[in-house]
Amino acid sequence: MSGTFVGMPGFPPAAHPAFPAAAHDAVHNPTLRANLRHATHTIRAKRARAVGELSDWAALREAGRRIKDHTLRHLDRYLVQLEESVTAAGGTVHWAADADEANRIVAGLVRATGESEVVKVKSMATQEIGLNEALAQEGIRAYETDLAELIVQLGEDRPSHILVPAIHRNRGEIRDIFRTEMGKWGRPAPEGLTDTPAELAEAARLHLREKFLRARVGVSGANFMVAETGTLVVVESEGNGRMCLTLPETLISVVGIEKVVPTWRDLEVFLQTLPRSSTAERMNPYTSMWTGTTDGDGPRTFHLVLLDNGRTDTLADEVGRQALRCIRCSACLNVCPVYERAGGHAYGSVYPGPIGAILSPQLRGTGSEIDASLPYASSLCGACYEVCPVAIDIPEVLVHLRERVVEGGPAVRQGNKVVLRPAKGHAAERAAMRAARWAFTHPGALGAGQRLASRTRRLHPRTLPGPGRAWSGTRDLPAVPPEPFRDWWRRTHGGKDGAA
Amino acid sequence: MRVALFLTCVNDTLYPDTGRAVVKLLTRLGVEVDFPAAQSCCGQAHYNTGYRHEAEPLARHFADVFGEYEAIVTPSGSCGAMVRELYPRMGERARAEGRGDGLARTLAPVVPKTYELTEFLVDVLGVTDVGARYPHKVTYHPTCHGLRGLGLGDRPRRLLRAVKDLELVELPGAEECCGFGGTFALKNADVSTAMGVDKVRNAESTGAQVLCAADNSCLMHLGGTMSRLRSGMRPVHIAEILASTEEEPAV
Amino acid sequence: MSSRERILGRVRRALADVTPDERPYEEAVPREYLREHGDRTAGQTVELLAENLADYRAIVHRCTAEEVPDLVMRLLARRGSQEVLVPPGLPPQWLAAADPVRIHDRAAHTAARLDRVDSVVTGCAVAIAETGTIVLDGSPEQGRRRISLIPDHHICVVRVPDQVVSSVPQALERLDPARPSTWISGPSATSDIELDRVEGVHGPRTLEVILLG
Repeated sequence: MSGTFVGMPGFPPAAHPAFPAAAHDAVHNPTLRANLRHATHTIRAKRARAVGELSDWAALREAGRRIKDHTLRHLDRYLVQLEESVTAAGGTVHWAADADEANRIVAGLVRATGESEVVKVKSMATQEIGLNEALAQEGIRAYETDLAELIVQLGEDRPSHILVPAIHRNRGEIRDIFRTEMGKWGRPAPEGLTDTPAELAEAARLHLREKFLRARVGVSGANFMVAETGTLVVVESEGNGRMCLTLPETLISVVGIEKVVPTWRDLEVFLQTLPRSSTAERMNPYTSMWTGTTDGDGPRTFHLVLLDNGRTDTLADEVGRQALRCIRCSACLNVCPVYERAGGHAYGSVYPGPIGAILSPQLRGTGSEIDASLPYASSLCGACYEVCPVAIDIPEVLVHLRERVVEGGPAVRQGNKVVLRPAKGHAAERAAMRAARWAFTHPGALGAGQRLASRTRRLHPRTLPGPGRAWSGTRDLPAVPPEPFRDWWRRTHGGKDGAA
Repeated sequence: MRVALFLTCVNDTLYPDTGRAVVKLLTRLGVEVDFPAAQSCCGQAHYNTGYRHEAEPLARHFADVFGEYEAIVTPSGSCGAMVRELYPRMGERARAEGRGDGLARTLAPVVPKTYELTEFLVDVLGVTDVGARYPHKVTYHPTCHGLRGLGLGDRPRRLLRAVKDLELVELPGAEECCGFGGTFALKNADVSTAMGVDKVRNAESTGAQVLCAADNSCLMHLGGTMSRLRSGMRPVHIAEILASTEEEPAV
Repeated sequence: MSSRERILGRVRRALADVTPDERPYEEAVPREYLREHGDRTAGQTVELLAENLADYRAIVHRCTAEEVPDLVMRLLARRGSQEVLVPPGLPPQWLAAADPVRIHDRAAHTAARLDRVDSVVTGCAVAIAETGTIVLDGSPEQGRRRISLIPDHHICVVRVPDQVVSSVPQALERLDPARPSTWISGPSATSDIELDRVEGVHGPRTLEVILLG
């Protein structure tokens, strides 16, 4: 079974190590740990303040959840309506079942313009399908224009965060990348560039200006698509989005099918919850909305590529489909203690963090080592669910996907019903779980086991061999008490005999 | 009021002192406590590791053992959350799998009667001053399933603040997970340990002698980390603090 | 089978377990959130707008209709602007006292030409007090989207209190979805370096808002 391709060419899921192994280096990399800690803690407090300003946050969150659920429930109807609206407004709609098809469509559209370069707005969907690499194979150069994407592209690096793909880089590292790499792509970094964020932003402004001004083709994603009006919405900060959406003659937007909302009015919910959840702002600096094409203003040609690439498979799972409510705000990453320590690269996907841990194994399936390990990349602490502006119960989906990994069962892959086999490597665990279940439903056996443990307690080592080292490599074991509670209770008649 | 103590398998086996403390505390407050001997495990480790179907017999067993009591009290936020939050979900999932309402109906009676200890004290008994004395400097870690699952809020802190001679100090980053997470501690030992070490360092920074929580499984992880780091701190379950009195101080 | 049919077919099969909700949309999705936050007079709403604009580093000025030409003249002079971009329907009196050369926007202007213009003066469609946002919708007073994007200095005139609403929901009610709109909250900014906000990337690095009333 070939999996759905989710991004990161050169790092296909099949070749990516499982999460624990991938996280190992990050956990022991002090610079990375410090960068992530600093960035996530900065934004956490700010998000809490921005959300705290709205007394009706819970109601907005609930409305967001319901709008998305309703849309997903009637997704076929809203997609058809969207297609009609976009077409009526002068756009052209294309449908792509998977990454290859989407890439072929975009490459064909770019070739038809006669251009060999495009400017890009930051877009998760195009990263997911590996568009830049696919275009490169066709001789088309794609320039990332979002500051963090630029840092990643110049550094030949991989994104590690949904909102801030270069979150793993600190200002000093960014300066070094700009100094050495900018010249290879266009205007070099200014002489004497320091690591102050303002100077780094200025360097990006100068470097990208010439690209914006000459660009004839722009490529974007979208945060929302409104079915009733055909309007697309891009939420951004820097103005690179506005440049790419308004200056080129041709605009190609690649958007996941789950990004549709039914009505114009629905935007009133998400334009309140998204900025506060992602950058912790009352409103992000720039939001662009466009409906098809407008005479004399903006691109003359507009193409919308609607992308499935595993989304309908996800939709088929009644527990897992809630992941499609995601509006890509990143609040769950910023609050996640596992993400903070493992970093985004360990997740082996363009979607890292808690949302990635439930999205990647659904979009791609649980066939690879990384995808089978992602549902376990969480302590189930629930902080992600608490901050999610569309109330995705990420722990619930994680546990559901764990079940799929260890038990297998029915699923849908590429539109086909399949029955998954239990993943390999869980045999010992499965046997232990069964044995424990047997003991726990036979209290006599349980008591006997506890008593045996207590009687032999002086023989217990403080560290364990084999798989037990996972615990005792870093943590001492608790001492086994002289008698389990149940024996004390019986011996003293519930303490009434006065024995301690 | 006929109250059953659901001690949990971890406490029964490894932390009998916590069980004795709960009995002592509730008895002191006039509650008649029973310990149904047939009790074992709520099934949380099975459920959360992906073995929902193995957890079902354990949940049925729980409902059998505790169904007749007026209230079920447990000194564990996470096992309490298992019953309250996840038992209903298990029932729903069984229904969705076409197995009918049987499981949901079996489990339904125990769900609303199950209380985490501090919840039972504050909400059911209506006490915050339980007459305890504990002359130590303590910091409190709200464990995740109690905090976000059951919504214990400030109940544990209110109880601790009312303890005589106890100095309660705020734990920096209190609401961040300690990194235990059940089988997460084994499957992702590196990240789990890093989280535990950060939690212990935060606790040490308060100058407290005691790190208190309402979940011994988290304290097992933190205590094991503390002793490996040769930290001077001790992990103590909140029940043991609340059971401690002038006459019978906790050791 | 086309991909369109394939995807729609997959969607329908994926939803086989779900009972459709045939209630009218507005019933199916209850909205218990507020239409606006807090209870303010029109004057207080304008105050809040000014406060929130300034909080995100927009420079806020207030004046009467008679004072606009003088104020605009001073702002352009302070900036040292040689050329100012003018949308087709901008009230001529706003620039009556301004010194810079007026560049009337027309389709023939390339992006590179616009890049040489120092400043732009526009009106707006609506402004949102709670978020400190001005919204442009391409009407003649505001011009094409690109003219408020490429120059580094944007002066935006908001008629208060008429063009000011409290909240995002109220702003959407006033806008026509068929028109391209640009929502602007302060000068361009980024949080891409260590998740901390820095002003000044690709859009205008200076945003001045004149509250005219």
